[in-house]
Amino acid sequence: MTRTVVVWCPDWPVTAAAREAGHPEDVPLAVLDRGRVLACSATARRDGVRRGLRVREAQARCPELVTLPYDPAVDARVFEPVVTLVEELAPGVEIIRPGICAVGARGPSRYYGGSDLAKGELTFAQVLHDRLSDAGFGCVVGIADGPFAAEQAARLAEQAGETVLAFPPGESARCLAPLPIDALREGRLPGQADVDRSDLIDLLRRLGIRTLGAFAALPFSQVVTRFGTVGAAAHRLASGRDDRPLATRRPPPELATSATFEPPLERVDQVAFGIREAAERLVHGLAERDLVCACLRVEIRTEDDEPRGRRWRHPRWFTAADVVDRVRWQLQGTRTTSDGPAEELTSGVVRVDLIPDEVAPTGAYQDGLWGDQAPDERIHRAFTRIQSMLGHEAVVTAVLSGGRAPAERVTLVPWGDDATPARPTDEPWPGHLPPPAPATVLPEPEPVDVLDATGQVVTLDDRYGMSAPCQLLVRNGTEREPVVGWAGPWPVEERWWDPATARRYARFQVACATGNAYVLLHEKGRWWIEARYD
Amino acid sequence: MPTAATAIVPTLPALAAFADVLPEGGLRRGASYVVQVSTTLTLALLAGPSQAGSWCGVVGLPGLGAEAAAAMGVDLTRLVLVPSPGRHWLTVVATLVDVLDLVVVHPPSPAYDAEARRLAARVRERGAVLLVHGSDWSGCELRLTVTSSRWHGLGAGHGQLTAREATVEAVGRGTGGRRRATRLWLPDRDGQVRSLAQAAPADDTDARCVHAESPPSVSAPVLPFTGRVDALEVRAG
Repeated sequence: MTRTVVVWCPDWPVTAAAREAGHPEDVPLAVLDRGRVLACSATARRDGVRRGLRVREAQARCPELVTLPYDPAVDARVFEPVVTLVEELAPGVEIIRPGICAVGARGPSRYYGGSDLAKGELTFAQVLHDRLSDAGFGCVVGIADGPFAAEQAARLAEQAGETVLAFPPGESARCLAPLPIDALREGRLPGQADVDRSDLIDLLRRLGIRTLGAFAALPFSQVVTRFGTVGAAAHRLASGRDDRPLATRRPPPELATSATFEPPLERVDQVAFGIREAAERLVHGLAERDLVCACLRVEIRTEDDEPRGRRWRHPRWFTAADVVDRVRWQLQGTRTTSDGPAEELTSGVVRVDLIPDEVAPTGAYQDGLWGDQAPDERIHRAFTRIQSMLGHEAVVTAVLSGGRAPAERVTLVPWGDDATPARPTDEPWPGHLPPPAPATVLPEPEPVDVLDATGQVVTLDDRYGMSAPCQLLVRNGTEREPVVGWAGPWPVEERWWDPATARRYARFQVACATGNAYVLLHEKGRWWIEARYD
Repeated sequence: MPTAATAIVPTLPALAAFADVLPEGGLRRGASYVVQVSTTLTLALLAGPSQAGSWCGVVGLPGLGAEAAAAMGVDLTRLVLVPSPGRHWLTVVATLVDVLDLVVVHPPSPAYDAEARRLAARVRERGAVLLVHGSDWSGCELRLTVTSSRWHGLGAGHGQLTAREATVEAVGRGTGGRRRATRLWLPDRDGQVRSLAQAAPADDTDARCVHAESPPSVSAPVLPFTGRVDALEVRAG
């Protein structure tokens, strides 16, 4: 029987959701799952909020209740620092669920107590509790033979208002005996996933078996005959024979590297030079584990700004030189001058972290024998060279995207990033221009005058009524192009519900005697050329 | 006039519609071509090699309509754009010429003759094709121009653009100094580029209605097409 220490953070979904949303601990909080309260904070519980209440009922009992949706991913993510703290004190931690984790007691109790194991256990538990409390995580610690008993010990401690509770060695069965049969709901045995024992608990209760002790007193062979494997597993838990070894996790290897600069560096090229060693360490460290990195996160800390992070994707995988390039582009950001990217920084760089976000075995990125969709190495290297010269956004590929305006129909993706359209293409997008698409979509609309037969500018009233037919296009004030055919107005009203971003305009297609055709835009009494069919 | 001598010239395939203007039936590897003003014509020339699997690059055209390119048959997954190369455009083009089969460039600033010659030599050495859009280029193989164009489908306040008839003219070394012209749908009703001789539009009523209903001109006579060449030459093409 392995002595086990269990750390339990009560109301974990509330703690996690509150930390994620940035609420203080003393606000009455409830985490909702499918319209019912899944967990609530102590202040909310004082007002009568309970698990399983409907939202309306809970809000009636506690009007200032803050409700947050339940997100298992947040639960798990916020628990990670807790596990790391426990791992710092003792290796070999099993995460039973987010909010509760177990660690073997033998090693730490020898470390803290020498020959007196019982004293060592308690000292370790106290240290663990203090360490977590210092970091702001409220928790209780239970010690017993096996994780199930230890978890029950922790729950008992929480009810009694203690911080640590230990069942003496070999007496777990006796200590578990008075507990209600509902305690079986959560326990697990080796080789079994989480099973739903509510039917079993329900049945046992109806048979008059209300405590773990009463259940454990039944002969094992008859329990197996009557209740099957689920019953057998529950019987072993109830009788304190939970001898499964902990499924401990290995701390993931540290792949991230960083470089610190003292004094802070003021120029992009200095940082690029300083980061080279860290980049090589990163790539080398990955290569030692037969890994390559296809997605990298670069975090840059400067003297006065907030740390800035950005994910970079690579069409193949990162080499050290690629990593240096990404750092440089991130520093240059959008501050590109006409001569190319800027070299001066607005504030000195103190530290750069390189964190591999996605790694894959080296073999996963080998070229196919017959070549695959990936461009060949030479092409990729040429594009990368232009990117290092002009900046990351300078080399782009185009992806068709959904949208109404001609400019929205295409998304430009920097070389190396994921080619995903900004808007889905499989939706109908009513109101977009019919094909053929214009060959030139002006990056900035060009002002133009549209005149009628008398030389007056054509205007539109509020109901898109035109003052006169279009007759003449005057570009740049001098270039006159007689109109031979036009269609419109095609009204567009964007975001009319929001006065700040609302736009109201009309589109026209115009063909000129010169053989050119245009998409014109009329907004607030002015005419613009939006695209050309040239 | 394809002869045995021209057949061995390595070319990049062009769309069938350009058979009349491109003497070798395709874009000659190592050569530079000038395309005047029409982006659609540039995209149409790009479509042939792109469909055949070549990687293409476009430098200095921030307004390139990628949707139109895709409709014309350009494979966007093998098209890379450098919209604003700034003053480094020659270096960018030279880098791309090293690895790509076809590079389109719209020079943001004029190139000195020496630079242009050096780039042309590099293009020749690598066997790539350089399409210079909207600017003159010394030593080019051919100069392609849209000399007349007429859009179909728009009336006075109704309809929508559907297709365009255009006359494309080529002149230069490649044609022995003679003008070669062809009439094209650029594009036709399906967004494709076809020779006007091959297929007539499904109905020409809307084209007629443009002229029937076209309003009287204000300052210039309304012509079905205008251009640099006189009407006689266009008809000859």
